Amino acid sequence: MAGLALPGHPWTGWPGMRRLRRNPVSLAAVGTLAALVLIAALAPWIMPFGPDDTDPTAALFGPCWPHWFGTDVYGRDQFSRIIYAARVDLAVPLAATSAALAVGSFIGMISGYRGGWLDMLVMRAVDAVLAFPALVLAMGLAAALGSGTGNLILVIAITQVPTYLRLMRGEVLRAREMEYAEAALTVGNPTRRILFVHLLPNCIPPLIVQATLATGFALLTMATLSFLGLGIQPPASEWGEMTAEGASQMVTGEWWLFLFPGLAIMLAVLSFNLIGDALRDILDPRMRGVR
Amino acid sequence: MAFAWYVVGRLALVIPTLFGVTLISFLLTVLLPGNPALVKAGPFATPAYIKEVEHQMGLDRPIPVQYERYVAGLLHGDLGESAATGRPVLQDFAQRLPATLELTLASLVLAVVFGLPLGVLSALHRDKLIDHLGRVVAVAGVALPSFWTGLLLIYVFFYLLGIAPAPLGRLGPDVAAPMHLTGLYVVDSVLTGNWRALGSSLAHLALPSFTLAISIMAPLARMVRASMLETLVSDYVKAAWAAGLPARQVIYGDALRNALIPVITTLGVVFGFLMAGNAVVESVFAWPGIGNYAVTALMTKDSAPIQSFVLFVAVMYVLVNFAVDVAYGLADPRIRLG
Repeated sequence: MAGLALPGHPWTGWPGMRRLRRNPVSLAAVGTLAALVLIAALAPWIMPFGPDDTDPTAALFGPCWPHWFGTDVYGRDQFSRIIYAARVDLAVPLAATSAALAVGSFIGMISGYRGGWLDMLVMRAVDAVLAFPALVLAMGLAAALGSGTGNLILVIAITQVPTYLRLMRGEVLRAREMEYAEAALTVGNPTRRILFVHLLPNCIPPLIVQATLATGFALLTMATLSFLGLGIQPPASEWGEMTAEGASQMVTGEWWLFLFPGLAIMLAVLSFNLIGDALRDILDPRMRGVR
Repeated sequence: MAFAWYVVGRLALVIPTLFGVTLISFLLTVLLPGNPALVKAGPFATPAYIKEVEHQMGLDRPIPVQYERYVAGLLHGDLGESAATGRPVLQDFAQRLPATLELTLASLVLAVVFGLPLGVLSALHRDKLIDHLGRVVAVAGVALPSFWTGLLLIYVFFYLLGIAPAPLGRLGPDVAAPMHLTGLYVVDSVLTGNWRALGSSLAHLALPSFTLAISIMAPLARMVRASMLETLVSDYVKAAWAAGLPARQVIYGDALRNALIPVITTLGVVFGFLMAGNAVVESVFAWPGIGNYAVTALMTKDSAPIQSFVLFVAVMYVLVNFAVDVAYGLADPRIRLG
């Protein structure tokens, strides 16, 4: 698509790939995330124990061989649980972010291109939703809709939609005034074609950056909701839920129960954030060096 | 005059937003499980009596009428009744607000005390050790789940080292609360010269406020750094250097003062972080504030406190952002003087 090679958004050519390779921190983040995804995908084959397998003779073991991360009161192997939890802990944020990205950018694109009363109405709704701190709104919605993986995805997606919507609207408003957009209109392209073929590809880069950063935040939101008892419920394995279970054992000294799930959350969120920062540097040259 | 119009313009944006906010929180009450009439009528009410209470509360009316009554109630300070405490939510809120305020202010102070110098030093020594350190703090700070940071601090300072008090509220079990003046224990105990209560409340405040501060220090320090880097290369700072002013005067007088203006805008975001963080941190430390109250309500599906908390936080968030805009206008002569 020749329409992609535009000044302002270095979307094509990918000199960015070289930049990424030169930055060891970003590279490590990409590696870590790839490893986490691989671990999640291969969980059933690499777990030393079943995540729900109890063993009364091995209750509350500290980190040892073969229980690297120790065991809980029921003798469940924490290492296996953390590995298995990677599935839900990566899938829910990714699903929520993708859904919000799709819905938000679709509405934002239409709203920005059409303008008028529709745009006005949509933007007021966006203001209202953004008036709630995301986590607080997520708590209220989670309580209202009830727990369950599907609802969790929906809740997190709802809190994210306005951000993409607003970003996409701004991008469309900018791109609409470009000469190529006017040219596309003048030669008689239908609106749908202008939107999806001419405008959309040029509006995507900032959304990608936002989505990457938001995935990390979505993971934190999910873990927090689960920690508070509003997300993934016990006995299922999820990092936030595991931290909550471990918290009750902390005062008797079983530190491994809360420590390792929290480290897993941090590692995953850190990877998403670092990749997001790197993408911002690559895709948005104005921000380069500011952070 | 220009400034007055600026304020009016901002205010005009606040009102539709507040309308939208009440609409969303009303929707939440409709969606939340549990029948508020059942709560009000009590556990032993007959079905007929419940019907009557429902009618009194207008729950059998069409949704738009219910919304009207809801907003009218809000304007009279009626936030509904908590099923758990059996008291009006507003009363519960008022009782718990000082605890939340104290924790929020303490963490804000900590974040500024650590974050501001970190940001300034990072900018002055760009790409040196302190800058890298600042970057690590910033990146890690936003990636840490606050409930986990809190637990880790409790484990190290209470369980292992034994220097922090048990994470159970604002005072030790053997310390009486200071006389109620502001409701902030630290302030009240200083005002009444109650040093025993002061020591205990500071000790209890340390870990939770630090937990909260970690998450907001990062954006603050980064913003100060970015803004400082920009002002350091500006013409007026160059002119100040060229005029031979002492470094302290240039850096802290000219550069930092102007660099802080854009930082004001982050305070709105920081506040949003704090309100959400409060709920989590308060529940980890059994801090008797409104966040903890809301989390307890969330777990028992006590609908009135939940939606009141969500609404309260949103309204505060809108007002703080409005105040931030006004403060920004005041600090920036281009807006103040038109």
